[in-house]
Amino acid sequence: MARMEITSEVTGKVWKIVAAPGQSISMDEEIMILESMKMEIPVLMAETGTLLEILVAEGDAVEDGQIVAVIDV
Amino acid sequence: MFNKVMVANRGAVAARVLRALRSLHVKSVAVYSEADQDLPYLTLADETYYLGPASPRESYLNQETLINILLESGADGVHPGYGFLAENAEFASRVNETGATFIGPSPHWIDAMGHKTRARALMASNGLSMGPSSELLSGDLDEAWRAAEMIGYPVLVKPAAGGGGIGMMAAHNAEQLAKALESAISLSKRSFGSGEIYLERLMTQPRHIEFQLLADRNGNVRHLFERDCSIQRRHQKVIEESPAPQLPRPMLNKAGDDIAAVMQKLKYDNIGTAETLYAGGSEFAFLEMNTRLQVEHAVTEEITGIDIVCAQIRLAAGEPLSTVLPEKINISGHAIEARIYAEDPVKFFPSPGPLKKLSFPKGDGIRVETGYAAGSLITPYYDPLIAKLIIHASDRTLAINKLIEALDQTDIQGVKHNIPFLRLVLDSEEFRAGKIHTGLGTDLVARHSGKK
Repeated sequence: MARMEITSEVTGKVWKIVAAPGQSISMDEEIMILESMKMEIPVLMAETGTLLEILVAEGDAVEDGQIVAVIDV
Repeated sequence: MFNKVMVANRGAVAARVLRALRSLHVKSVAVYSEADQDLPYLTLADETYYLGPASPRESYLNQETLINILLESGADGVHPGYGFLAENAEFASRVNETGATFIGPSPHWIDAMGHKTRARALMASNGLSMGPSSELLSGDLDEAWRAAEMIGYPVLVKPAAGGGGIGMMAAHNAEQLAKALESAISLSKRSFGSGEIYLERLMTQPRHIEFQLLADRNGNVRHLFERDCSIQRRHQKVIEESPAPQLPRPMLNKAGDDIAAVMQKLKYDNIGTAETLYAGGSEFAFLEMNTRLQVEHAVTEEITGIDIVCAQIRLAAGEPLSTVLPEKINISGHAIEARIYAEDPVKFFPSPGPLKKLSFPKGDGIRVETGYAAGSLITPYYDPLIAKLIIHASDRTLAINKLIEALDQTDIQGVKHNIPFLRLVLDSEEFRAGKIHTGLGTDLVARHSGKK
């Protein structure tokens, strides 16, 4: 098992966090949804594993490349 | 008729309303944020006023500034466009309190239809179909299981306080329902502060069918047929058309008549669109009523020959429905609108930037609505719509082919755009056969990227 960082691929805002630390989540499932220019941009689990940490809160601004979550795969 | 109208919006919709005002010989006032100062819509207005910095909060959502401009300009009407403050009852009230007229439904209606569950309850109590659903539930599993048995699986667990599709969880059996209930309630509490949920039958491959309504100040209401907006991606409409393909005209007309009759009984006001989901049979399940002009209003204009924006303004000025609309409204041909968005066609991230090139084909049956010109900057502050391309032809197949041709002749450089996605849909067997549903857009993307 290894730690893996999930980064945002857009500059925008955290709209909804839809998973919680401790949850086992499959690859490609949504962890959170960002908003940019009125569009929903999902942040997905890169691999199947456990969500360890969510580093942002709903309403936070995020930048392209910013680490938003940490998972264990 | 109004003497002078302020358009409290920007871009394509501002251009659309300013054009309508010009044709009605009404003086116009446009507003702009720092990011929009060079946009072409401003040249269509008689007067322009600066709002403030680019962020919506400081500009197009800034009620103080907008009311001040309203007073300073001496306008006697305000058109809110769509988005921003168009469905903000407080803003509508404030406009009306100055003595000017908010061009849209009354604040009472904006408020009534703004609360989704209240709006549903109102429509249901007047006999409109909601699709099988439960009462408000507290989260007790036994109660939920009983409700699901009654509705019939598969069901959707939805937060009562929510909106916009967030927090909905599907369940195909009792076991899944237990899990879905837990997830939905906790998400609902976190997002909306309330754990109240309700269940709805999950429709398989429904179609999004909406009905255009117009009303005068005396509560007379008529519908202008329907639009099918099933082609969506992540809750954003991408392709809309009218009439709705492959459905019997009498059934569609009856649904429109039923909705108009209810709204007339309730004395609705000015303009609205009733959104429904259709999944077979003859039932159109009411989703919500939008108390404003819609982005896709042009497809209705093309098939009916009626200028909806002018009609809305005249109705707001007090003209009766009987003089604004002709006695008989007919459907002529078929119209399809494609929304061209500034987004990456593969990953669908927004793609703001300078429009180095922006050119559209011209011709019979081709209509373009845009708020930009070559040289304009698409900034990240607002929505990513570059333009709407609307085609009108004598039948659906001709319209689809003409739209494909027009998209091929469209030249956009400097930003990424979704024309490849539009082509994917328009070329597909399903779309061309009229076998459309709200999941088709996503399905086609998945199939194309090899994930299915």
